[in-house]
Amino acid sequence: MNCMDYEKIGLKVGVEVHRQLDTRRKLFCDCPTEAEENGKTLKIVRYLREAQSELGTVDPAAVFESKKRKKIIYHVNPANVCLVEMDEEPPHELNPEAIETALTIALLFNSKPVDEIHVMRKIVIDGSNTSGFQRTCIVAFGGGITVDGKFIPIQTITVEEDAARILSTGKGVVEYDLSRLGIPLIEISTAPVIRSPAEATKVAHAIGKILRASRKVKRGLGTVRQDLNVSITGGALTEIKGVQELELISAVVENEVKRQLHLIEIAAELRRRLAGERLPPFSVVDVTEVFRGTRSGLVKKKLEAGGKAYAVKLVKFAGLLSRETAKGIRLGAELAGHAKAWAEVDGILHTDELPGYGVSAEEVEEVKRLVGAGEMDAVVIVVDDEPKALEALRAVYDRACQAVEGVPSETRAARPDGLTVYMRPRPGAARMYPETDIPPVPVGEDLLGRLRENLPETLDQTAERLAKTYGISKQLVEGLIDHEKDELFEQIVKSTKISPSVVAAALTETITNLGREGFPVQNLTDEKISETFRALDVGKFSKEALSDVLGWLCNHPESSVEEAVKNLGLSTVSLKELELEIEEMVKSRTSEIEDTRLPNRLMGELMKKYRGKVDGAVLYSMITERIQKIKKTV
Amino acid sequence: MSSKHGYSGYVANLLERLGAGVGDEVLVEKNGLQLRGFVMARYEFGEPGVLVLKLDNGYNVGVKIDPSTKVSKLSSAAVPAFKPPPPPQPSQNLPKVAIVNTGGTIASRIDYRTGGVKPALSASDLVSIVPEIAEIANVSAEILMQVVSENMTPKHWTTIAQRVNTLFNEGFDGIVITHGTDTMGYTAAALSFALQNPPVPVVLVGAQRSSDRPSSDAAKNLIAAVETAAKAPFAEVVVCMHGWHSDEEIFIHRGTRVVKFHTSSRGAFQSINATPIAVHTQRGIEIIDDRHHSRGWDSYRYHPNFDDRAMLVKFTPGMHPQTLEILAEKMNLRGLILEGTGLGHVASSFIPVLKRLTDSGMFVGMTSQCRFGRVNMNVYENGRDLLRAGVTPLDNMLAETALVKLMWVLGFLGEKAQLDEVRNLMARNLCGEIGGRTRPQPTFHGDELHGL
Repeated sequence: MNCMDYEKIGLKVGVEVHRQLDTRRKLFCDCPTEAEENGKTLKIVRYLREAQSELGTVDPAAVFESKKRKKIIYHVNPANVCLVEMDEEPPHELNPEAIETALTIALLFNSKPVDEIHVMRKIVIDGSNTSGFQRTCIVAFGGGITVDGKFIPIQTITVEEDAARILSTGKGVVEYDLSRLGIPLIEISTAPVIRSPAEATKVAHAIGKILRASRKVKRGLGTVRQDLNVSITGGALTEIKGVQELELISAVVENEVKRQLHLIEIAAELRRRLAGERLPPFSVVDVTEVFRGTRSGLVKKKLEAGGKAYAVKLVKFAGLLSRETAKGIRLGAELAGHAKAWAEVDGILHTDELPGYGVSAEEVEEVKRLVGAGEMDAVVIVVDDEPKALEALRAVYDRACQAVEGVPSETRAARPDGLTVYMRPRPGAARMYPETDIPPVPVGEDLLGRLRENLPETLDQTAERLAKTYGISKQLVEGLIDHEKDELFEQIVKSTKISPSVVAAALTETITNLGREGFPVQNLTDEKISETFRALDVGKFSKEALSDVLGWLCNHPESSVEEAVKNLGLSTVSLKELELEIEEMVKSRTSEIEDTRLPNRLMGELMKKYRGKVDGAVLYSMITERIQKIKKTV
Repeated sequence: MSSKHGYSGYVANLLERLGAGVGDEVLVEKNGLQLRGFVMARYEFGEPGVLVLKLDNGYNVGVKIDPSTKVSKLSSAAVPAFKPPPPPQPSQNLPKVAIVNTGGTIASRIDYRTGGVKPALSASDLVSIVPEIAEIANVSAEILMQVVSENMTPKHWTTIAQRVNTLFNEGFDGIVITHGTDTMGYTAAALSFALQNPPVPVVLVGAQRSSDRPSSDAAKNLIAAVETAAKAPFAEVVVCMHGWHSDEEIFIHRGTRVVKFHTSSRGAFQSINATPIAVHTQRGIEIIDDRHHSRGWDSYRYHPNFDDRAMLVKFTPGMHPQTLEILAEKMNLRGLILEGTGLGHVASSFIPVLKRLTDSGMFVGMTSQCRFGRVNMNVYENGRDLLRAGVTPLDNMLAETALVKLMWVLGFLGEKAQLDEVRNLMARNLCGEIGGRTRPQPTFHGDELHGL
């Protein structure tokens, strides 16, 4: 399956790259964009209601969320949240810094800025936006990038407010921290012209490089997110949300192709089995009595908590729920995904997997008998509070009906293992209306002219310049850029006397190696790294100990470099004392003074004692100097 | 300059030539870019020469139109025909509540096609949007007027009072009045005096976040208001709004003690120098102030007239004393409420003027711009001078309530009212607007704000 013919399968992928802009203020208020989440917080409780449309219809995605109508608890840290994020004050005007940054990025993509920016409200009622909508606006159309000789058109460039960060979700309650809400986010959407998983990764990477060229995007975990729109011939458009790592993109696309192929195959099989018959209408059977004396801990626990067991028959589905053509991709998992998302149950049981989970063969037979299931039928059972169990089975049944048709179009969430889970139906067009609190922003030729004149250098230009200015290898430069450390590199090199290649190697290889060894390198903030180099610069420790210091700081993010040096026993010897020691050593070996190997011998002995406390090069030059001096006196 | 849907000049002419209006689909070709979208209404302060399109991805964008831009009409708008679902069968066992709309939109639908917001105008539409209220009461809804809050006048107060009095007589168990929030406190005070000791609750309700947004406080406030109208043991004129940032507690304030205290926050309305009468939570209505008027016709007094020849003047440092004389003369005033400093003071230079005004028969009452606390004009010499000049101290009455009360007193006593009669009524507690103990100050920091 690994070398699929994506051309033949008709794979089409569009990539949406979301990235936080590094502006001083949030998009619609004056709060800072450093989303620190410590400090004293207030908690407020809200509920969101679906906004009804004039047509009497509501957006399918909104209905999905509102069916759950959760209690939402927002954590408010007044240090970076004001009444605007709390939806207690109208939004201020669009942050001009964000607009200029977005327009600069648009120009880098050769896109055409709109003449006037209109902020829209996009209904999102999962609670991630206090208002119940996300404010978003198109700033440019068109343009594109060339990746491996192929032109990838950009459809739109939008700027929107980042959503609140989810803290926890439980039955009927969801908690969010508002610190992130309102940070400007740019979204670059390509046309669906990408034809392979590998190409999707390359395109996202190339877009990321252009975004970074603006020098105004945030870096680090949680600042970048990729969404993927994937479809294949005979399948459907699936929107996959929240791929955080570039490396994961190709796996996600590949798995989505496998998932759709699997579902197409299942649909064909089902249609063959049903031979033109339709699935009977939804009906459930109470099978609680079957499990009265069950040995299944899972079922028992639910029943003891007052739950009931209900079952639905899926005609002609036997064997298809657990059929697995690729790892983790089964129709059963799809049904469970819908049940969990719509009814918030823990999961489902189905006859393809039973007997199992402590459920006996007799119990399975009895359930089958009660629902009137034949050899070719599957039965799905949900044990939970009655309304939830019923809703879960309704979701299972609806999803099963779709399975006969083929691949349903839906929104899915990416998991860290590259698989996806069902999130909600795809939102329709009926979810956007104008944000009337914010006047439209004209994009004047004078502004665009100024931005065009001040376009930042591209990362390729940066690479060339860094290599030339600091005399470091192409490999190191590329490492710096790939690790998004080029700006930090320049800042450190300019403010210290440390050799550029030492800085570059530390920022790339050393930190990567630490990461591989399992150090939590995400704890190394730019500020911490700069502090480390400043300490190195003034001789608080030697460059041999750089890796140890950085490693220690990873594990102790709250501590200072001073503390690292102290705890690692690295406090340097005073150069005076060292001078004296070297003098003693040389004097005691005057017999060897003409021996050219003497410096190395002394070096070996001293380094045993002083590794990490004194720079090797410094030590060596001290030894040779002392030898020369003593030679003269002898 | 003619303006249609906010368009003027070249764009307006172009649209007219094409026969295209709001909602029609057009194709715009410009600099090699093709944009297909629906024509949207123009923002009122937008620059001319820009056409606003709604693209098929739902976004609006503004496109500069000049003679080189090619615009063609593709299709005409399909007008959405919304039929509200049939109202649920009224349950005769539930209390009867009338919802009287005076302005603002307590419930609305969005037209995603044009971005327009359409208010729910009938009871059935209201119930279809906020179905919870049908489980609390048998509601009927009507539109009495469509007046934004800031355009309300004492004449409107009278109209509302008359309508509510009629509804009392029709046997409703409670009345809900939807009202814009800006002057809701004034209307609440006005109805308190016009409908004293009402037989059933009269509940004013509004929203600080418009009803078209999922986070609107409108539904929650409305549900609490309907429940208060239907079930509350007290029968007073009250304001029913969020108590804080959270959706959990809805405060029910006495109409004479409440002011809008914040420009935009949900918890904008607070009782001053009094506690709310009750709070509405998921558990229902919890009474805070036991000294309320209970349901029943016994002591109901209906006097809906107001005389608007009264004004509220806030004293500020350096203000010229003549200001009062000019106002009194030009506006033909019968009475004046001063919002003085601290315990109830104005500059000593005002004393001769105030003396002349009260000597001429005009009522002058003193309230404090401090809002919290009561005036006491015996403490300082200035206060004593003001008392000698004939100024009436109004204890802890809100300045806004004092003005409304004065308009009502003047309307109630009529043209021939004697100054002493006005003074007596103004200083007497009629519906909880004046007097009572001064409680410890509410806190204004951190989490404790919640306990406000």
